[in-house]
Amino acid sequence: MHAPTLNPTPDSLTTQTLEAPRTGTWDGGNEPLKASYGKLMMWFFLLSDAFSFSAFLTAYGLIRHAHPAYQGTSAAFKFSQAYWPIPDRVFNAFPFAGEADLPLAFVALMTMILIFSSVTMVLAVEAGHRRDREDVQKWLMWTILFGSAFVGSQAWEWTHFIHGAHHGSALVEGTTFFGANLAQNQYGPVLFADLFFFITGFHGTHVTSGIIMLIIVFLNTVNGTYERRGHYEMVEKIGLYWHFVDLVWVFVFTFFYLV
Amino acid sequence: MAHSHDHDLAPGEIAPANTGHIWKTFWVLVGITAVEFVFVFFMAAGSMRNAIFIVLTIFKAFFIVGEFMHLKHEVKGLIWSILIPMGLVVWLVVALVTEGSFLSSGVGTMLNR
Repeated sequence: MHAPTLNPTPDSLTTQTLEAPRTGTWDGGNEPLKASYGKLMMWFFLLSDAFSFSAFLTAYGLIRHAHPAYQGTSAAFKFSQAYWPIPDRVFNAFPFAGEADLPLAFVALMTMILIFSSVTMVLAVEAGHRRDREDVQKWLMWTILFGSAFVGSQAWEWTHFIHGAHHGSALVEGTTFFGANLAQNQYGPVLFADLFFFITGFHGTHVTSGIIMLIIVFLNTVNGTYERRGHYEMVEKIGLYWHFVDLVWVFVFTFFYLV
Repeated sequence: MAHSHDHDLAPGEIAPANTGHIWKTFWVLVGITAVEFVFVFFMAAGSMRNAIFIVLTIFKAFFIVGEFMHLKHEVKGLIWSILIPMGLVVWLVVALVTEGSFLSSGVGTMLNR
Protein backbone atom coordinates (compact mmCIF):
# COMPACT_ATOMS: atom_id res chain seq x y z
CA MET A 1 0.00 0.00 0.00
CA HIS A 2 1.46 3.39 -0.95
CA ALA A 3 0.78 6.63 0.90
CA PRO A 4 -2.72 8.09 0.46
CA THR A 5 -2.92 10.78 -2.21
CA LEU A 6 -5.45 13.57 -2.30
CA ASN A 7 -6.18 13.25 -5.98
CA PRO A 8 -5.69 10.57 -8.60
CA THR A 9 -2.29 11.82 -9.75
CA PRO A 10 -0.97 10.79 -13.16
CA ASP A 11 1.70 8.87 -11.29
CA SER A 12 -0.81 6.82 -9.32
CA LEU A 13 -2.86 6.21 -12.46
CA THR A 14 0.00 4.74 -14.45
CA THR A 15 0.86 2.31 -11.67
CA GLN A 16 -2.74 1.14 -11.40
CA THR A 17 -3.88 -2.13 -12.84
CA LEU A 18 -7.30 -3.66 -12.73
CA GLU A 19 -5.94 -6.26 -10.32
CA ALA A 20 -4.98 -3.76 -7.61
CA PRO A 21 -7.59 -1.31 -6.32
CA ARG A 22 -6.57 2.32 -5.82
CA THR A 23 -5.85 3.24 -2.25
CA GLY A 24 -5.69 7.07 -2.25
CA THR A 25 -8.06 8.95 0.06
CA TRP A 26 -10.14 10.27 -2.85
CA ASP A 27 -9.61 7.14 -4.96
CA GLY A 28 -11.81 5.03 -2.73
CA GLY A 29 -9.07 4.11 -0.27
CA ASN A 30 -10.91 5.73 2.62
CA GLU A 31 -13.38 3.29 4.19
CA PRO A 32 -15.56 4.96 6.82
CA LEU A 33 -17.70 1.82 7.17
CA LYS A 34 -14.66 -0.51 7.15
CA ALA A 35 -16.07 -2.34 4.16
CA SER A 36 -14.66 -2.20 0.65
CA TYR A 37 -16.43 -0.20 -2.05
CA GLY A 38 -17.70 -3.30 -3.79
CA LYS A 39 -19.15 -4.88 -0.68
CA LEU A 40 -20.76 -1.62 0.39
CA MET A 41 -22.42 -1.18 -2.98
CA MET A 42 -23.67 -4.78 -2.80
CA TRP A 43 -25.20 -4.00 0.60
CA PHE A 44 -27.00 -0.93 -0.74
CA PHE A 45 -28.17 -2.78 -3.83
CA LEU A 46 -29.57 -5.51 -1.58
CA LEU A 47 -31.30 -2.88 0.55
CA SER A 48 -33.04 -1.52 -2.56
CA ASP A 49 -33.88 -5.06 -3.64
CA ALA A 50 -35.34 -5.70 -0.18
CA PHE A 51 -37.69 -2.78 -0.86
CA SER A 52 -38.91 -4.44 -4.08
CA PHE A 53 -39.66 -7.68 -2.27
CA SER A 54 -41.23 -5.82 0.64
CA ALA A 55 -43.53 -4.10 -1.84
CA PHE A 56 -44.61 -7.48 -3.21
CA LEU A 57 -45.22 -9.02 0.21
CA THR A 58 -46.97 -5.91 1.52
CA ALA A 59 -49.25 -5.97 -1.52
CA TYR A 60 -49.97 -9.62 -0.68
CA GLY A 61 -50.90 -8.62 2.88
CA LEU A 62 -53.21 -5.85 1.69
CA ILE A 63 -54.96 -7.95 -0.95
CA ARG A 64 -55.33 -10.93 1.36
CA HIS A 65 -56.94 -8.80 4.05
CA ALA A 66 -59.21 -7.21 1.46
CA HIS A 67 -60.67 -10.68 0.75
CA PRO A 68 -62.84 -12.65 3.16
CA ALA A 69 -60.92 -15.25 5.17
CA TYR A 70 -61.94 -18.92 5.18
CA GLN A 71 -63.83 -19.65 8.40
CA GLY A 72 -64.20 -23.46 8.59
CA THR A 73 -61.82 -26.24 9.55
CA SER A 74 -58.83 -27.23 7.42
CA ALA A 75 -60.31 -30.70 6.79
CA ALA A 76 -63.56 -29.31 5.38
CA PHE A 77 -61.82 -26.81 3.10
CA LYS A 78 -62.95 -26.61 -0.52
CA PHE A 79 -61.55 -24.37 -3.24
CA SER A 80 -63.77 -21.37 -3.83
CA GLN A 81 -63.50 -17.90 -5.35
CA ALA A 82 -65.46 -16.60 -2.35
CA TYR A 83 -62.57 -16.61 0.17
CA TRP A 84 -58.78 -16.67 0.36
CA PRO A 85 -57.45 -20.27 0.23
CA ILE A 86 -55.47 -21.98 3.01
CA PRO A 87 -51.94 -22.50 1.64
CA ASP A 88 -51.49 -26.05 2.99
CA ARG A 89 -54.60 -27.13 1.03
CA VAL A 90 -53.22 -25.57 -2.19
CA PHE A 91 -49.58 -26.67 -1.94
CA ASN A 92 -49.97 -30.32 -0.95
CA ALA A 93 -48.56 -32.13 -3.99
CA PHE A 94 -45.19 -33.82 -4.33
CA PRO A 95 -43.42 -35.02 -7.49
CA PHE A 96 -44.24 -38.68 -8.34
CA ALA A 97 -46.71 -38.84 -5.42
CA GLY A 98 -49.84 -38.55 -7.56
CA GLU A 99 -52.87 -37.34 -5.68
CA ALA A 100 -51.35 -37.98 -2.23
CA ASP A 101 -52.11 -35.22 0.26
CA LEU A 102 -48.74 -34.01 1.56
CA PRO A 103 -49.30 -30.46 2.77
CA LEU A 104 -46.25 -28.21 2.40
CA ALA A 105 -43.91 -31.22 2.08
CA PHE A 106 -42.44 -30.06 -1.22
CA VAL A 107 -41.98 -26.47 -0.08
CA ALA A 108 -40.22 -27.82 3.02
CA LEU A 109 -37.81 -29.68 0.75
CA MET A 110 -37.24 -26.53 -1.35
CA THR A 111 -36.57 -24.52 1.82
CA MET A 112 -34.01 -27.09 2.99
CA ILE A 113 -32.29 -27.05 -0.41
CA LEU A 114 -31.97 -23.26 -0.32
CA ILE A 115 -30.76 -23.13 3.30
CA PHE A 116 -28.20 -25.78 2.45
CA SER A 117 -27.02 -23.82 -0.58
CA SER A 118 -26.55 -20.85 1.75
CA VAL A 119 -24.31 -22.99 3.96
CA THR A 120 -22.17 -24.18 1.04
CA MET A 121 -21.92 -20.53 -0.07
CA VAL A 122 -20.67 -19.39 3.32
CA LEU A 123 -18.19 -22.29 3.29
CA ALA A 124 -16.89 -20.99 -0.07
CA VAL A 125 -16.48 -17.52 1.45
CA GLU A 126 -14.61 -19.03 4.42
CA ALA A 127 -12.32 -20.95 2.04
CA GLY A 128 -11.73 -17.69 0.16
CA HIS A 129 -10.54 -16.03 3.37
CA ARG A 130 -7.93 -18.79 3.66
CA ARG A 131 -7.13 -18.45 -0.08
CA ASP A 132 -7.80 -22.16 -0.47
CA ARG A 133 -8.62 -22.35 -4.17
CA GLU A 134 -9.59 -26.04 -4.18
CA ASP A 135 -12.11 -25.54 -1.38
CA VAL A 136 -13.57 -22.42 -2.97
CA GLN A 137 -14.11 -24.38 -6.19
CA LYS A 138 -15.69 -27.30 -4.36
CA TRP A 139 -18.15 -25.24 -2.32
CA LEU A 140 -19.06 -22.95 -5.24
CA MET A 141 -19.86 -26.06 -7.27
CA TRP A 142 -22.16 -27.37 -4.52
CA THR A 143 -23.87 -23.98 -4.29
CA ILE A 144 -24.49 -23.96 -8.05
CA LEU A 145 -25.92 -27.49 -7.84
CA PHE A 146 -28.24 -26.74 -4.90
CA GLY A 147 -29.33 -23.45 -6.50
CA SER A 148 -30.17 -25.27 -9.74
CA ALA A 149 -32.06 -27.94 -7.77
CA PHE A 150 -34.12 -25.16 -6.18
CA VAL A 151 -34.97 -23.56 -9.54
CA GLY A 152 -35.89 -26.99 -10.90
CA SER A 153 -38.19 -27.60 -7.94
CA GLN A 154 -39.81 -24.25 -8.52
CA ALA A 155 -40.37 -25.14 -12.16
CA TRP A 156 -42.17 -28.30 -11.05
CA GLU A 157 -44.24 -26.35 -8.53
CA TRP A 158 -45.26 -23.81 -11.17
CA THR A 159 -46.16 -26.55 -13.67
CA HIS A 160 -48.33 -28.26 -11.07
CA PHE A 161 -49.96 -24.99 -10.04
CA ILE A 162 -50.69 -24.03 -13.64
CA HIS A 163 -52.11 -27.41 -14.70
CA GLY A 164 -53.89 -28.36 -11.50
CA ALA A 165 -54.16 -32.04 -10.57
CA HIS A 166 -57.22 -32.26 -8.39
CA HIS A 167 -60.85 -31.74 -9.19
CA GLY A 168 -60.91 -28.27 -10.67
CA SER A 169 -63.48 -25.67 -9.79
CA ALA A 170 -66.85 -25.09 -11.38
CA LEU A 171 -67.18 -21.82 -13.26
CA VAL A 172 -70.34 -19.76 -13.50
CA GLU A 173 -71.02 -20.82 -17.08
CA GLY A 174 -71.04 -24.52 -16.09
CA THR A 175 -67.56 -25.60 -17.13
CA THR A 176 -64.77 -26.75 -14.81
CA PHE A 177 -61.43 -24.99 -14.70
CA PHE A 178 -58.22 -26.76 -13.69
CA GLY A 179 -55.12 -25.02 -12.36
CA ALA A 180 -54.46 -21.34 -12.65
CA ASN A 181 -53.23 -18.60 -14.93
CA LEU A 182 -53.25 -14.82 -14.62
CA ALA A 183 -56.99 -14.59 -15.36
CA GLN A 184 -58.49 -17.85 -13.99
CA ASN A 185 -57.76 -19.67 -10.76
CA GLN A 186 -59.13 -22.97 -9.47
CA TYR A 187 -57.70 -22.44 -5.98
CA GLY A 188 -59.36 -19.18 -5.02
CA PRO A 189 -59.51 -15.51 -5.99
CA VAL A 190 -57.67 -14.69 -9.23
CA LEU A 191 -55.31 -12.34 -7.38
CA PHE A 192 -54.05 -15.27 -5.30
CA ALA A 193 -52.61 -16.90 -8.43
CA ASP A 194 -51.31 -13.55 -9.74
CA LEU A 195 -49.44 -12.94 -6.49
CA PHE A 196 -48.08 -16.49 -6.54
CA PHE A 197 -46.68 -16.01 -10.05
CA PHE A 198 -45.23 -12.58 -9.38
CA ILE A 199 -43.70 -13.20 -5.94
CA THR A 200 -42.23 -16.66 -6.51
CA GLY A 201 -41.37 -15.66 -10.09
CA PHE A 202 -39.45 -12.57 -9.00
CA HIS A 203 -37.64 -14.68 -6.42
CA GLY A 204 -36.91 -17.45 -8.93
CA THR A 205 -35.48 -14.84 -11.32
CA HIS A 206 -33.13 -13.74 -8.56
CA VAL A 207 -32.01 -17.31 -7.92
CA THR A 208 -31.46 -17.83 -11.65
CA SER A 209 -29.32 -14.71 -12.03
CA GLY A 210 -27.48 -15.73 -8.86
CA ILE A 211 -26.61 -19.09 -10.45
CA ILE A 212 -25.31 -17.32 -13.57
CA MET A 213 -23.09 -15.07 -11.43
CA LEU A 214 -21.91 -18.07 -9.39
CA ILE A 215 -20.90 -19.84 -12.60
CA ILE A 216 -18.88 -16.78 -13.67
CA VAL A 217 -17.18 -16.59 -10.27
CA PHE A 218 -16.54 -20.35 -10.38
CA LEU A 219 -14.85 -20.05 -13.80
CA ASN A 220 -12.73 -17.14 -12.53
CA THR A 221 -11.69 -19.23 -9.52
CA VAL A 222 -10.76 -22.17 -11.74
CA ASN A 223 -8.77 -19.84 -14.02
CA GLY A 224 -6.88 -18.48 -11.01
CA THR A 225 -8.10 -14.88 -11.48
CA TYR A 226 -8.64 -14.37 -7.73
CA GLU A 227 -5.43 -16.23 -6.85
CA ARG A 228 -3.49 -13.70 -8.96
CA ARG A 229 -5.51 -10.80 -7.54
CA GLY A 230 -4.47 -11.89 -4.05
CA HIS A 231 -7.97 -12.06 -2.54
CA TYR A 232 -11.34 -13.73 -3.04
CA GLU A 233 -13.53 -10.71 -2.33
CA MET A 234 -15.68 -11.40 -5.39
CA VAL A 235 -16.77 -14.64 -3.71
CA GLU A 236 -17.82 -12.61 -0.67
CA LYS A 237 -19.86 -10.22 -2.82
CA ILE A 238 -21.73 -12.96 -4.65
CA GLY A 239 -22.11 -14.62 -1.24
CA LEU A 240 -23.92 -11.56 0.10
CA TYR A 241 -26.30 -11.70 -2.85
CA TRP A 242 -26.90 -15.41 -2.45
CA HIS A 243 -27.68 -15.15 1.28
CA PHE A 244 -30.07 -12.32 0.50
CA VAL A 245 -31.94 -14.57 -1.93
CA ASP A 246 -32.15 -17.20 0.84
CA LEU A 247 -33.36 -14.52 3.25
CA VAL A 248 -36.12 -13.46 0.86
CA TRP A 249 -37.23 -17.07 0.56
CA VAL A 250 -37.51 -17.27 4.37
CA PHE A 251 -39.99 -14.39 4.21
CA VAL A 252 -41.84 -15.69 1.15
CA PHE A 253 -42.10 -19.06 2.89
CA THR A 254 -43.65 -17.51 5.98
CA PHE A 255 -46.02 -15.07 4.34
CA PHE A 256 -47.06 -17.15 1.36
CA TYR A 257 -47.03 -20.72 2.66
CA LEU A 258 -47.35 -20.61 6.46
CA VAL A 259 -49.51 -17.64 7.48
CA MET B 1 -10.95 -12.54 10.90
CA ALA B 2 -9.64 -13.12 7.39
CA HIS B 3 -5.97 -12.51 7.98
CA SER B 4 -5.71 -13.12 11.71
CA HIS B 5 -3.97 -16.48 11.38
CA ASP B 6 -1.88 -15.76 8.30
CA HIS B 7 1.27 -15.00 10.27
CA ASP B 8 1.80 -18.55 11.56
CA LEU B 9 1.77 -19.95 8.04
CA ALA B 10 4.67 -20.66 5.74
CA PRO B 11 4.36 -19.05 2.28
CA GLY B 12 2.03 -21.09 0.11
CA GLU B 13 0.59 -23.00 3.04
CA ILE B 14 -3.19 -22.97 3.50
CA ALA B 15 -4.79 -22.54 6.92
CA PRO B 16 -7.10 -25.35 8.09
CA ALA B 17 -10.84 -24.75 7.70
CA ASN B 18 -12.67 -23.23 10.63
CA THR B 19 -16.35 -23.99 10.01
CA GLY B 20 -17.83 -24.78 13.42
CA HIS B 21 -19.88 -21.59 13.71
CA ILE B 22 -21.23 -22.04 10.16
CA TRP B 23 -22.67 -25.47 10.92
CA LYS B 24 -24.04 -24.22 14.23
CA THR B 25 -25.95 -21.48 12.39
CA PHE B 26 -27.17 -24.07 9.88
CA TRP B 27 -28.64 -26.27 12.64
CA VAL B 28 -30.29 -23.25 14.25
CA LEU B 29 -31.99 -22.43 10.92
CA VAL B 30 -33.09 -26.04 10.41
CA GLY B 31 -34.38 -26.18 14.00
CA ILE B 32 -36.45 -23.00 13.65
CA THR B 33 -37.92 -24.25 10.35
CA ALA B 34 -38.84 -27.55 12.02
CA VAL B 35 -40.56 -25.66 14.86
CA GLU B 36 -42.53 -23.69 12.25
CA PHE B 37 -43.80 -26.94 10.76
CA VAL B 38 -44.84 -28.18 14.20
CA PHE B 39 -46.98 -25.05 14.59
CA VAL B 40 -48.50 -25.42 11.09
CA PHE B 41 -49.84 -28.87 11.86
CA PHE B 42 -50.53 -28.77 15.59
CA MET B 43 -51.97 -25.31 16.20
CA ALA B 44 -55.20 -23.81 14.89
CA ALA B 45 -54.76 -20.94 12.43
CA GLY B 46 -55.22 -17.48 13.89
CA SER B 47 -53.51 -14.25 14.86
CA MET B 48 -51.56 -15.97 17.63
CA ARG B 49 -50.08 -18.56 15.27
CA ASN B 50 -49.28 -15.87 12.70
CA ALA B 51 -47.50 -13.83 15.38
CA ILE B 52 -45.40 -16.87 16.29
CA PHE B 53 -44.48 -17.38 12.62
CA ILE B 54 -43.43 -13.76 12.24
CA VAL B 55 -41.26 -13.87 15.37
CA LEU B 56 -39.59 -17.12 14.23
CA THR B 57 -39.02 -15.63 10.76
CA ILE B 58 -37.31 -12.61 12.29
CA PHE B 59 -35.09 -14.98 14.30
CA LYS B 60 -34.11 -16.77 11.09
CA ALA B 61 -33.47 -13.44 9.36
CA PHE B 62 -31.24 -12.42 12.28
CA PHE B 63 -29.08 -15.52 11.89
CA ILE B 64 -28.85 -15.29 8.09
CA VAL B 65 -28.04 -11.57 8.01
CA GLY B 66 -25.94 -11.54 11.19
CA GLU B 67 -23.83 -14.67 10.69
CA PHE B 68 -23.98 -15.67 7.01
CA MET B 69 -23.92 -12.11 5.68
CA HIS B 70 -21.56 -11.15 8.50
CA LEU B 71 -23.47 -7.96 9.33
CA LYS B 72 -23.18 -8.64 13.07
CA HIS B 73 -19.41 -8.21 12.79
CA GLU B 74 -19.48 -5.01 10.70
CA VAL B 75 -19.17 -1.47 12.14
CA LYS B 76 -22.23 0.10 13.78
CA GLY B 77 -22.67 2.65 10.99
CA LEU B 78 -23.16 -0.07 8.39
CA ILE B 79 -25.51 -2.07 10.63
CA TRP B 80 -27.78 0.93 11.22
CA SER B 81 -27.74 2.10 7.61
CA ILE B 82 -29.25 -1.29 6.69
CA LEU B 83 -31.62 -1.70 9.64
CA ILE B 84 -33.19 1.78 9.86
CA PRO B 85 -34.58 1.80 6.28
CA MET B 86 -36.00 -1.70 6.86
CA GLY B 87 -37.75 -0.35 9.96
CA LEU B 88 -39.79 1.87 7.66
CA VAL B 89 -41.01 -1.23 5.83
CA VAL B 90 -42.52 -2.51 9.09
CA TRP B 91 -44.63 0.64 9.17
CA LEU B 92 -45.66 0.14 5.53
CA VAL B 93 -46.82 -3.42 6.28
CA VAL B 94 -48.88 -2.36 9.31
CA ALA B 95 -50.47 0.53 7.40
CA LEU B 96 -51.40 -1.47 4.30
CA VAL B 97 -52.66 -4.56 6.14
CA THR B 98 -54.94 -2.27 8.16
CA GLU B 99 -56.05 -0.65 4.91
CA GLY B 100 -56.78 -4.10 3.44
CA SER B 101 -58.98 -5.06 6.38
CA PHE B 102 -60.87 -1.80 5.89
CA LEU B 103 -61.42 -2.60 2.20
CA SER B 104 -62.98 -5.96 3.11
CA SER B 105 -65.17 -4.51 5.84
CA GLY B 106 -67.77 -3.36 3.35
CA VAL B 107 -67.08 0.21 2.34
CA GLY B 108 -64.53 -0.57 -0.31
CA THR B 109 -65.49 -3.77 -2.06
CA MET B 110 -63.81 -3.06 -5.38
CA LEU B 111 -61.32 -5.89 -4.94
CA ASN B 112 -64.05 -8.44 -4.20
CA ARG B 113 -66.24 -7.93 -7.22
